[in-house]
Amino acid sequence: MDCEYNTSVLKTGEGCDTRNGKPTSGRKRRRRRESKKERKKDEGRGSRNAQHAVDSGERTEKERQRKRRKDREEKAEHVQSLDKSKVNSRDFAAKNKKNLKNEKTRSKGRSKRELEEGEAKQPQRKGCAKAEENEQDTCERAGKRKGKKKKHRKKVETSSEQESSEDGDKEGEGEDEEVEEEEEEVEKEVRPETLTPEELEKLKEAVDDKKKLIQALRGKPWPMKKKHSTLRESQEFLEKYEGALGKGKGRKLYAYKVMMNKKWMKFKRDFENFTTACIPWEMKIKEIESHFGSSVASYFIFLRWMYGINMILFGLTFGLVMVPEALMGRPYGSMPRKTVPRAEETNAMDFAVLWDFGGYAQYSVLFYGYYNSQRAIGWLKFRMPLSYFLVGVGTVAYSYMVVIRKMARNANETGGGDENSFNFSWKTFTSWDYLIGNPETADNKFASITTSFKEAILEEQESRKDDNIHLTRFLRVLANFLVLCCLAGSGYLIYFVVRRSQKFALEGFENHTWWERNEVNMVMSLLGMFCPMLFDVISALENYHPRVALQWQLGRIFALFLGNLYTFIIALMDEINLKRKEEDVVQFNMTMWEASLHNNTADNSTAPPLFTHPADVPRGPCWETMVGQEFVRLIISDTMTTYITLLIGDFLRAVLVRFLNYCWCWDLEAGFPSYSEFDVSGNVLGLIFNQGMIWMGAFYAPCLPALNVLRLHVSMYLQCWAVMCCNVPQERVFKASGSNNFYMAMLLVILFLSTLPAIYTIVTIPPSFDCGPFSGKARMFDVIQETLESDFPAWISKVFSYAANPGLVLPFMLLMVLAIYYLQSTSKSYKEANVELKKKLQMQNEENKKKNKRAALKAAMELEEARKAPSSRTAEQHYNPSHQHRRHDMADSRAGSFSSDQGKNGDDQAPFTDCRRSKPVKASASSRGRHANQGATAGYPAGHPRQSEPSRLQRVASTQRR
Amino acid sequence: MGATASHLGKDLLSEYQELTFLTKQEILLAHKRFTELLSREDKNLPDPRAPTEAILTLPELKSNPFRERIVRVFSTSESRDGLTFEDFLDLLSAFSDSATLEIKSHYAFRIFDFDDDGTLDENDLEKLVNCLTGETDETRLTPDEMKQLISNILEESDIDKDGTVNLSEFQHVISRSPDFVSSFKIVL
Repeated sequence: MDCEYNTSVLKTGEGCDTRNGKPTSGRKRRRRRESKKERKKDEGRGSRNAQHAVDSGERTEKERQRKRRKDREEKAEHVQSLDKSKVNSRDFAAKNKKNLKNEKTRSKGRSKRELEEGEAKQPQRKGCAKAEENEQDTCERAGKRKGKKKKHRKKVETSSEQESSEDGDKEGEGEDEEVEEEEEEVEKEVRPETLTPEELEKLKEAVDDKKKLIQALRGKPWPMKKKHSTLRESQEFLEKYEGALGKGKGRKLYAYKVMMNKKWMKFKRDFENFTTACIPWEMKIKEIESHFGSSVASYFIFLRWMYGINMILFGLTFGLVMVPEALMGRPYGSMPRKTVPRAEETNAMDFAVLWDFGGYAQYSVLFYGYYNSQRAIGWLKFRMPLSYFLVGVGTVAYSYMVVIRKMARNANETGGGDENSFNFSWKTFTSWDYLIGNPETADNKFASITTSFKEAILEEQESRKDDNIHLTRFLRVLANFLVLCCLAGSGYLIYFVVRRSQKFALEGFENHTWWERNEVNMVMSLLGMFCPMLFDVISALENYHPRVALQWQLGRIFALFLGNLYTFIIALMDEINLKRKEEDVVQFNMTMWEASLHNNTADNSTAPPLFTHPADVPRGPCWETMVGQEFVRLIISDTMTTYITLLIGDFLRAVLVRFLNYCWCWDLEAGFPSYSEFDVSGNVLGLIFNQGMIWMGAFYAPCLPALNVLRLHVSMYLQCWAVMCCNVPQERVFKASGSNNFYMAMLLVILFLSTLPAIYTIVTIPPSFDCGPFSGKARMFDVIQETLESDFPAWISKVFSYAANPGLVLPFMLLMVLAIYYLQSTSKSYKEANVELKKKLQMQNEENKKKNKRAALKAAMELEEARKAPSSRTAEQHYNPSHQHRRHDMADSRAGSFSSDQGKNGDDQAPFTDCRRSKPVKASASSRGRHANQGATAGYPAGHPRQSEPSRLQRVASTQRR
Repeated sequence: MGATASHLGKDLLSEYQELTFLTKQEILLAHKRFTELLSREDKNLPDPRAPTEAILTLPELKSNPFRERIVRVFSTSESRDGLTFEDFLDLLSAFSDSATLEIKSHYAFRIFDFDDDGTLDENDLEKLVNCLTGETDETRLTPDEMKQLISNILEESDIDKDGTVNLSEFQHVISRSPDFVSSFKIVL
């Protein structure tokens, strides 16, 4: 060793370049490293023992002694003299670069150690703060001699906090090797080619670890200064060594890769910034969040999400259906379906007519009837009917996908199975909404938390007795009966109104009042407005718990909306059938009319074929456009009622309460009318049903998504404003996340229910003969068949026809059913396994508890004995380790089968006990260990919290077995 | 580390982005808000520290019952009051939208640990519940209720039955909660 060191120093001293990397020096280096490893192993053991030694001052003293001894062994005389006198060394080192470096590091290390010593003497800070300081210390130290000690650094990076404190100790001891490693580093820096493969591997690993560290840094609960210094240090390390990896060509490639990676990271970050800047209404929602808590904000987030979906639906219909038809299709007035008929021409531009989406609006791209059945249009040969059909299918498919994906994600987030096991803890630890920034909301939140505590305590003590269960039962039945009556009544009312409006329509709308024309929509909107209030009153009869009451209320409103929607659809179906009968008549008339035309022309066949203006051509009623119109009207009136109720119910009320309060006989703000609350569930339901109507009608009125986007956009601003200026925070503050998936489930149900009628009409009812993209076909989906036959090679249509064969479809469906069954049963078994595991955990906990007690008792007894016989103390301690070891083994075999966690601890412990046996000198450490053991059972003693936090549980598991 | 009072350097900004869960805009906004909190003479200091009182006036923290605790936990100064800009960023990062459950629960634990001893004992829990129920007497729990509540909490969360809730137990409980992550947020 000595001579080796000497030679290298001498060589540099004399101007010879060790950096030439002679093969011999490499071998030597390896040998040296091996010896170092052995030494380190010893020290590792020592450090593990020392970990329990709280008094680090003593340890550092020992280290220094050891270090000096080694120095003496290792160094040549002149180096030693250097060590002693700094002035001299500097003179000498002016000639010898490397020695200067050695000196520097040593002095640095020494000063650092002194610092550490001073710190150790300070009264210990408490708990995790201490642990962190320790860590910080480690990192800073490491930062100063960056990159010198890869092995140590690696451990610090990958280790959890628990380990890193240990490493801190180790690092202190490992300083002896600094000198040598420094020497190696210098060589490495310049000539990576001279490195052995293993070293390269190690370096690569270190670099990878650094990278990982940088990525994980933000997730570490450290103060910024420490994170910062760690980042800087590891970045410098990376810069230094990343480029050095690889050889020759590979090296260049590697450097290039690294550079590109950096660029890519930067780009990603910029892109992230950009996308977050692009999220609309973020600030608005945050403002609401801070005023009203997360539940109200969750409505707006839902609204924004809906807006996003509708944007995409709008993009699809607008880009692939409306624009191509408007640009490339035949222009307005070129054919009967694209012209306003003569009878309506006079008032086709009236606002009232346009408002009802009649007149020019009806004969435009906004509705199904305008589209031509021409197979390909324009110079692009755009397949219009096919596109129309596919967009219709695509919107539905996309919606399904999005909703289900969102649901799955929500389910993942909530994922925790056991709701009731942490009832109280959750109430205390997680019930505060940190977003609340409004004192009023905060007061409400205080009140609601208190009530929830009180309720929970009451429920826990005993389930409340119902003094008159018969009465409540009767009242509940009565309430449900009343609600059913309401539902039936509203359903009938809608049916009646739709029927009446059909009659009016047959007579012609012109001779009826505005009310009669808009009866259907108005009645539906009004029902949707007042029935929920009625339900609310009725539910007062039932005397449910507020949470249960809310669920009932939501369920009833859902039923009401659904019932209304479906009566509306059934009435529409009736109307469709009527129209189709009318269509037959018209078709017959038309052939007559054409025949008469032909007769006319047949008389003088020489005359040019007679041109009739398209407005004059008789035409069918086009039920598809009618359906589309109905939906559009419904949406419009629904939107209007929502806005108007918002203005009257919220704004006007707030204004009245605010200003009449000065001259009123009671306190309006606190008393009866007060300000309105924001009704999250009602609003969400409204939104969901609105979306359902969009899905239903979008096939027949491509303008619907566009309308909805407009509506959502306006309501975003309007409702934000209304909430901020005239609502008060809710008294019953509901949790946002709990109901999220409930709403999504409703959305899914609505989506399914709204696609049903649409699909039914598409599949069963033949399209009108003279309007729409599918005119002339028997069924709308024939368009697929047609495309397959004419646009694709024959074999595809053949394959398709085979695939559509019931002989193939039925087995396929069977397979799907089987797959569903299989998945369901596996999920069931997983659930069972979960329950089993939970049971096991509980059992283990109990076992641990018992063991804890037993161990504590034993330890206490031993301690007593030790106190009684202080003279025999040393002898007992010599005996102690092996004894403890045996007990540990026993405990291990008992608990070993339980968990991997414990098994790991056992592994960790093995060397510990081993070294205790082999080195009984460390009497102080073992006694301290016992002290800790006792402390674990009787709450952590003052010295104990020094351990880092997450490791606690494991520590408990490990200490109890000692 | 010298965050100059007037503006942030480009390198520093990107480093902060690397080290926190915040986006560039959020960091800039935070910086703006932070400099507003500083008094004039403080702005010229190399590493200015906003006093606790100034930070508590932030509307985001004003109504929070844990505001003093939050400042204490995130403060790196010796006397545990006042925040430097980096402390402030740490705070915002832990409370940001994209912070992990782990880091959130870590800081939540430290906030709830009123006596800074590394565990939540009965006194901590009592203080915590009192914070949650507000200052007024009508919302306070009676001593009996409080006792019952605390014993219930300990029964649920204190897995090793040592009478206190430690960090890993706390994180275990929190990780199952459906709405901790969504409510443990402070946004500027």
